Amino acid sequence: MTIHLSIILWLPAAAGLLALLLPGRLARSISLIGSLLVLAYAVALLVDYDRAASGLQYVTDVVWIRSLGIHYALGVSGLNLVLLATTAVIFTASALWTLVAEPDHGKPGIYALLMGLAQTAVIGAFLAQDLILFVVFFDLMLVPFYFLIVIWGGPERTSAVLKLFIYTLVGSLLMLVGAITTGVLAANGGEPNFLLSELAKTPLGSDAQGWIFLAFALAFLIKMPSFPFHGWMPDGYSNMPIGVLAVFTAILSKVAAYGFLQIALPLFPDAAVRYQELIMIVAVASILYGSAMAFTVDSARLVLGYSSIAQLGFIVLGIFAFDGRGADGALLQATNHAIVAGALIFVVAMLSRRAGGSEKLSEMGGIAKGAPAFAAVFLVFSFALLAMPGTANFVAEFMILLGTFETKMTFAFIAAIGVALAAFYALRFYISAMHHRVGAKVSSFELTLREGLVLVPLMLVVIALALYPQFALGPAQDGTRKALSATQQVQSSGADTSATTDGATP
Amino acid sequence: MSFSLAAAAPAAPYIDWAGLSPLLALLGGAIIALIVGLAGPRAIRTQIVPLIALATFGVAIGCVISLWGQSIVLIEGALQLDPLTLILMLVICGGGVIATLLAWRDQAADDIAHGEFFALMLLGAAGMFVLVASRDLVTTFVGLELLSLPLYILCAARVREERSLESGLKYLIIGSVGSATVLYGFALLYGATGQTGYTQIAAAITSNGLATDPLFLTAVAMCTVGFAFKASLAPFHQWTPDVYEGAPTPVTAFMSVATKAAAFGAIIRLFDVALRPAVESWRPIWIALALITMVVGNVGALRQPSMKRMLAYSSIAQAGYVLVGFVLVTDLGVQAICSYLVLYSFGNLAAFTVVIARERETAEGDNISALRGLGSERPLMAVVMTISMLSLAGIPATAGFMGKLRLVEAAAGADYAWLAAVLVVLSVISMAYYLPVIATIWRGETQPGTDAATGVPVLAGGAPEADVAHGRAGWELTLAGVVLTVAVLVFGIVPQPVFNLVASAARGLGLS
Repeated sequence: MTIHLSIILWLPAAAGLLALLLPGRLARSISLIGSLLVLAYAVALLVDYDRAASGLQYVTDVVWIRSLGIHYALGVSGLNLVLLATTAVIFTASALWTLVAEPDHGKPGIYALLMGLAQTAVIGAFLAQDLILFVVFFDLMLVPFYFLIVIWGGPERTSAVLKLFIYTLVGSLLMLVGAITTGVLAANGGEPNFLLSELAKTPLGSDAQGWIFLAFALAFLIKMPSFPFHGWMPDGYSNMPIGVLAVFTAILSKVAAYGFLQIALPLFPDAAVRYQELIMIVAVASILYGSAMAFTVDSARLVLGYSSIAQLGFIVLGIFAFDGRGADGALLQATNHAIVAGALIFVVAMLSRRAGGSEKLSEMGGIAKGAPAFAAVFLVFSFALLAMPGTANFVAEFMILLGTFETKMTFAFIAAIGVALAAFYALRFYISAMHHRVGAKVSSFELTLREGLVLVPLMLVVIALALYPQFALGPAQDGTRKALSATQQVQSSGADTSATTDGATP
Repeated sequence: MSFSLAAAAPAAPYIDWAGLSPLLALLGGAIIALIVGLAGPRAIRTQIVPLIALATFGVAIGCVISLWGQSIVLIEGALQLDPLTLILMLVICGGGVIATLLAWRDQAADDIAHGEFFALMLLGAAGMFVLVASRDLVTTFVGLELLSLPLYILCAARVREERSLESGLKYLIIGSVGSATVLYGFALLYGATGQTGYTQIAAAITSNGLATDPLFLTAVAMCTVGFAFKASLAPFHQWTPDVYEGAPTPVTAFMSVATKAAAFGAIIRLFDVALRPAVESWRPIWIALALITMVVGNVGALRQPSMKRMLAYSSIAQAGYVLVGFVLVTDLGVQAICSYLVLYSFGNLAAFTVVIARERETAEGDNISALRGLGSERPLMAVVMTISMLSLAGIPATAGFMGKLRLVEAAAGADYAWLAAVLVVLSVISMAYYLPVIATIWRGETQPGTDAATGVPVLAGGAPEADVAHGRAGWELTLAGVVLTVAVLVFGIVPQPVFNLVASAARGLGLS
């Protein structure tokens, strides 16, 4: 029982509140200091985390709502350790960007509070070890973004945000019903208990698992988003302010991917195995659709939006291969993609400044001329996005495909096309913005100090991960093996007769 | 039966006056308010009478608390004082306190004289007590009428306004049809069972095997339709938006919380106690009503420019959610209903508070445009409205979420998870009318003509003479709004006190 996780959880919200109460000109600095403190705390946890031990660490567990058996339970495991640090990195980058590179948009105190609440909700979803607590934070994540988009968003913000809200809430409220049903059924007439560790001990009957798993999967697939549940994405992405979009695309989609490993697979293993191919079809369709769209759209933001759909497709594929290496790769890719996608959102904003305020690729071009350092930094991120060998993204995608190849060879073959397509859209993005004929309104200039302050640290993280991916992979292995053990048990008991070499994974 | 009555000595029934104390307090307060309302000085009429009403509701709440935990039958089985009665009375009197604050400086109270206005409100609350405590057909009907008649008048209280008169008349006509239907149903029920007491009716149904008897089923159908009118369940809801829109807003606020609590109390007692042996005959109908009500309420509320009409449809939708708890006919279901009624009332009343404030401050009335620019003009009220909308929409960390959580849990526990799923999916529609309100508050620019830079302290405008038309809304609205908002957040994060409060709600009903 320690208080560390409660501190890291509520620190961002507290900093946001402080920013609201103090004079507005301090708000952005306080927001940055708050997120830096969280980052420092997260790094300390990363260092202090006992990599040799297995299971949850720094556990906090207090009964929250007694009559419903809901606990305020937090814990760090191999699954969420690195994602927690990634969250802190991205929110720090966003706060830094807002402080140094954004013009004043008014109401900085409210902005700081909302971003703080958003970070608290995200961290809460990552740390929650109680099913209802997870769902509550998962739903709560959305609320600050509603206000952030409504107050500071683009021209069609009102309809965009409504679409976003309705799409995601359909999923997450069904998930809520599923979560409550899980607890009630598992209690079998007794007092319900929603602790994940307790729920995992008493798996539900196969029929109930079916629809509850689908409810969870729907919520996660909408949040990512995955094809064909991405209807909110184009409008939503187009209307978010840059600092908000960076966080949204980098982190919120990862909460959904994490949800599969943390919740859906351990609690509903029968259903996960039953619907394995369905989810893999969705994943592969997302890879192909997302890549094709990213190759064709003109808006730079949407290139990243659709590439996210494709990348998240890879992550889901890796998880649903039910193979240790696939899941490790998926978890590594979640971190990689968060950093790269977040950074590229800032790059889009910088491109737009150099292209007369336009975010259309057709109106950019030739920006590299006069901005060699910017071009170099952008190129690093582009290579990471297309998973160039040498980057951690390559390691992750390789592991995902390896894991998938072991269990579902057909899917691996189709998904491999996606790797090639990623090179197409990432390079098209880079070339049509930076090279080609100089756009009509383009007036390029070198990476400014302020822009560099945001981008260079992120680039260093990318390089560090490329040099030593084991840093993220090490703790992940313990977590993913645990997350997969239930489904692998179901698989092996179902495949006893077929005498295949199912035991390729420990 | 009649023999034994004739043979017995005509002794007066034993009356437990302590048990009746909440009712007596409300009736007494109504009479005092009526008398004081005749006083000459205007200050007494406009200031003391509302204070009396507040004090009366306070005393009634005190009586309820002093009776807490008791389970007694009053007046020879006419009324039953049990946790359900007491919890719902708490909701009703709490709603009464807020409604009194909202009506304090309302034009409506001026129009029909303060004494009458607040006395009628207290009488209505007394009727609600009778209704929720009743365990006999005759008493139920008396309670129903005692509740309805004052409300008909209150709805028409703004006598110089056509809208209000229309609202009162419409409510009178539809309400009378509802009452008549209920009465017809009661008559048939008596004809089928030969009993008026709820427990005796239940016994008669079981012993005579009436569950499929045509006469009995007709009676059940009439009761269902009548109560559906009263509780404004679709498809018997058409009067609600018009009445809610036309009635003075404090009255609307009172109706949306207190009347709803009372109507559901009566429905729970009649159906869960008297008609429980025939549950399989009426449950499908009520499930259908729940589904229709949720759909109609949520779809009807879309694109309503009038906040009161929107809140009317939203209250229909909320009634539909409550029905999900009702059709379960379980202990947990009744508990969930009670916690929902408690938890939802905070956000609902807070929304009405802001609507009233804007009615007084702008010329836009209850139109949503009155909220434009609220975020920069009146930040505190904007926060109140924002949180109340989030609570009504059932967003986590608000009271409304906990209410829905409890309903879903009860439904899942009774093998009605599909109904809970329908509930949440339909409640997603509600985002499409709650969220634009928030967007209007924070996005909309201040209208020309109003002073955007009113950095006045929030407690300004306390003096009654400062309260001219379209002046600043009084401090009592701010107070009510802030208290309710704090309640929304506190119970959204720590709901256990409310769950403890309702833990014994179904004890007097004998449900499993």
